Amino acid sequence: MTELRHRGPTENELQHQQSEDKGSDTEGRVDGSSDNETKADTGVPEVPIPPDDTPEVLNKALSGLSSRWRNWWVRGILTLAMISFFFFIIYLGPIVLMMIVMCVQIKCFQEIIHIGYSVYHSYHLPWFRSLSWYFLLCVNYFFYGETVTDYFFTLVQREMPLRILSKYHRFISFALYLTGFCMFVLSLVKKHYRLQFYMFGWTHVTLLIVVTQSHLIIHNLFEGMIWFIVPISCVICNDIMAYMFGFFFGRTPLIKLSPKKTWEGFIGGFFATVVFGILLSYVMAGYSYFVCPVEFNNDSNRFEVDCEPSELFQLQDYTLPAVLASFTGWSTVRLYPFQIHTIALSTFASVMGPFGGFFASGFKRAFKIKDFADTIPGHGGIMDRFDCQYLMATFVNVYIASFIRGPNPSKVIQQLLALRLDQQLNIFNSLKTHLTERGLLPAGEEVA
Amino acid sequence: MTELRKRGGGGDPDSTENISDKETDGDDRLGLCAEGEGEGEGEGEGDFKGDTPDPVPPGDNTPQCLNKALEGLSSRWKNWWIRGILSLTMISGFFLIIYLGPIMLIFVVMSVQIKCFQEIIDIGYRVYHSYELPWFRTLSWYFLVCVNYFFYGETVADYFGALVQREEPLQFLVRYHRFISFALYLSGFCMFVLSLVKKHYRLQFYMFAWTHVTLLIVVTQSHLVIQNLFEGMIWFIVPISIVICNDIMAYIFGFFFGRTPLIKLSPKKTWEGFIGGFFSTVFFGFIGAYLLSQYQYFVCPVEYSSESSRFTSLECEPSELFVMQEYTLPAMVQNIVRWRTVNLYPFQIHSVFLSSFASLIAPFGGFFASGFKRAFKIKDFANTIPGHGGIMDRFDCQYLMATFTHVYIASFIRGPNPTKVLQQLLVLQPAQQLSIFNTLRSHLRKRGMLPPAAMEAQ
Repeated sequence: MTELRHRGPTENELQHQQSEDKGSDTEGRVDGSSDNETKADTGVPEVPIPPDDTPEVLNKALSGLSSRWRNWWVRGILTLAMISFFFFIIYLGPIVLMMIVMCVQIKCFQEIIHIGYSVYHSYHLPWFRSLSWYFLLCVNYFFYGETVTDYFFTLVQREMPLRILSKYHRFISFALYLTGFCMFVLSLVKKHYRLQFYMFGWTHVTLLIVVTQSHLIIHNLFEGMIWFIVPISCVICNDIMAYMFGFFFGRTPLIKLSPKKTWEGFIGGFFATVVFGILLSYVMAGYSYFVCPVEFNNDSNRFEVDCEPSELFQLQDYTLPAVLASFTGWSTVRLYPFQIHTIALSTFASVMGPFGGFFASGFKRAFKIKDFADTIPGHGGIMDRFDCQYLMATFVNVYIASFIRGPNPSKVIQQLLALRLDQQLNIFNSLKTHLTERGLLPAGEEVA
Repeated sequence: MTELRKRGGGGDPDSTENISDKETDGDDRLGLCAEGEGEGEGEGEGDFKGDTPDPVPPGDNTPQCLNKALEGLSSRWKNWWIRGILSLTMISGFFLIIYLGPIMLIFVVMSVQIKCFQEIIDIGYRVYHSYELPWFRTLSWYFLVCVNYFFYGETVADYFGALVQREEPLQFLVRYHRFISFALYLSGFCMFVLSLVKKHYRLQFYMFAWTHVTLLIVVTQSHLVIQNLFEGMIWFIVPISIVICNDIMAYIFGFFFGRTPLIKLSPKKTWEGFIGGFFSTVFFGFIGAYLLSQYQYFVCPVEYSSESSRFTSLECEPSELFVMQEYTLPAMVQNIVRWRTVNLYPFQIHSVFLSSFASLIAPFGGFFASGFKRAFKIKDFANTIPGHGGIMDRFDCQYLMATFTHVYIASFIRGPNPTKVLQQLLVLQPAQQLSIFNTLRSHLRKRGMLPPAAMEAQ
């Protein structure tokens, strides 16, 4: 056993883990028993705990309080700080949001890869850091290229080098990825094959989770900032509400994996989130800043949010079903259709979002880490804050694609113009027939 | 160390040193991508590998008849003969299914995919001793079904457009396809989270990741193969044939002329085999492309014809890629060959690029698979094909090739599929359709495809 001990100097500390799991967001403070398997598999090397990162100023201000209240205050202050920051960047606009999403993605990627390094003690493999970052760059290049080609279409067509990059984009991305793949194969070192394959697999799974979903978030953002803000807010609200309900009313444990989550917290959080979602979307749907798709204006060369709101964001009258009508005394109610969609989003955030959190809890248990990193004092790493968001981002994207919008018209034009001329002519005729049938074109247009 | 051994697969895999001479295993045949049996000692069975006990090698699978027929020969020649006979069998099988048509090919691709997936997952189970986790087999297969459903749904929606429009339940499935696929995947995800068992977290996460990486490699690329197939059977046959040809040629060149080792990872591959294989593959690819380009059966995109209700690739007008054209030879070559022009199919030029990729880069897929087998101390992926190992052993070089062909087609050959574009058009809002209509009309007018506006547009 001694050789394992040498590797993990803080193994002893980890074996005396605190029972509160700071990593998960919605832990109620009910004193449940934590399932320590600290004694169970000591064959697994421990990841060293990063040192405490709380800023000095906070430490001094709170030095008078006891440890438990101090934790409360640190978490509370940081929560408020993060929420204010969130509002601030919303104010700054879509470009800043995109950059923030990018930074969060890079930080999450780094945290997870770092855990991989710690678990596999692969610091001494010199290539692997470079290769992991290289793959991150490749996959980001691929996704950003696709996004840029869609949304910046006119800009891209103007500039010659961009046009070439855009036309052969998939080929260039594939060539870049292949280079990384070949470098990986060439870097295989005799005694470390398994390690290297593990890190390769680890990198790819991380890319799959982190990078694809951050790009789905950006796609959602381009639909309209409301599709970015409302899902994230619903998840945050669910966290906080489930925590509160669990704190005050929590009794029945929810799942063995996270012993501090309770059914009362879960159900209370669900209802509170739905109500919050309806109210928030009511407030936001009134502003075109949030509701309009983000467009790139060719003349002013910057992003704009200026449009006529789609029918989703226009107040409509809904007749209440009879039971509700007798209950509230109203016969109709004015709602934005978007609020109905919000109910679906909130439901997902409350019911499925926590599974992302359980997954992350299981991951941390499996690899014997308390938090993903120690970036945010009191909360752990960036990944700890975002673990529930990932499923949500994918769901919103799929929801939009299935129920809200059809394909992006500029993308369709792009594809049209890339076809051969005779194919374009065929499509033109089919479209004309279709539009004439629908009455959108007067009959008797010239025939091609 | 003993308690680590009892713990099984969860421990630190590299806490013990791997004995170096086990890595220089004798399995690599000269130039062949797959590892065979043969003279090399089995590498896996050392007893000082610590806590990751090696997977038990599968038993010998050679059919009895072959064994009897060859029992007179020495072990080395016997291996040669088995490999040779099986190679011929596989190549004949390949020709047979090409003859049987595109639908058969799709089924075969599907079966190969399932078998490869099963082989890799089996290795994962053996490495991690996760046989006792009852959920995990089910979950791996469930994820395979989900991802296949997603990909096949996208393909079906594209290619069976007319059929789909007719049937009401199919229309519903197509419209909400992404949502349904995502819901199915999520159920699997939630089942995984609910199945986490206290002492086996790490194992379960490893198997989860293993399953996903396998899906990423095996399933996505088999679908790229099928999409290549729909472009025209020639885009399926030529890449696969040139990879096989490269294998065989590099082996033969290496056998006769091989001297300088190529890469430490596969000590039996040589530079002579590599370069000889490259030139001969380009040559054979060129000839093969010439032969196949003449037949519509190979060249036409696979279409679903509503009248006969099946897939055919029999009638179409060959695209200009497959129409003989005259090329002027550059001056240097003219002096040597004394022809001024030469008649070639443009596709043959593309085949040169495909052959170059197959010879130069696709072997890296083979090195990757060799490294993988070294890392996990296995000789072959499985023992499905006597003398050759598992299905994965035969197909490891093909994967990169399939992706490359797909990307090549998308970038250099064709644009987007017109049917798909029309479909997307018809789903848009009427106002958007109208604006696209106007844009398209002015574009076509500029190009002279439409007469200039005689009447005022709407």
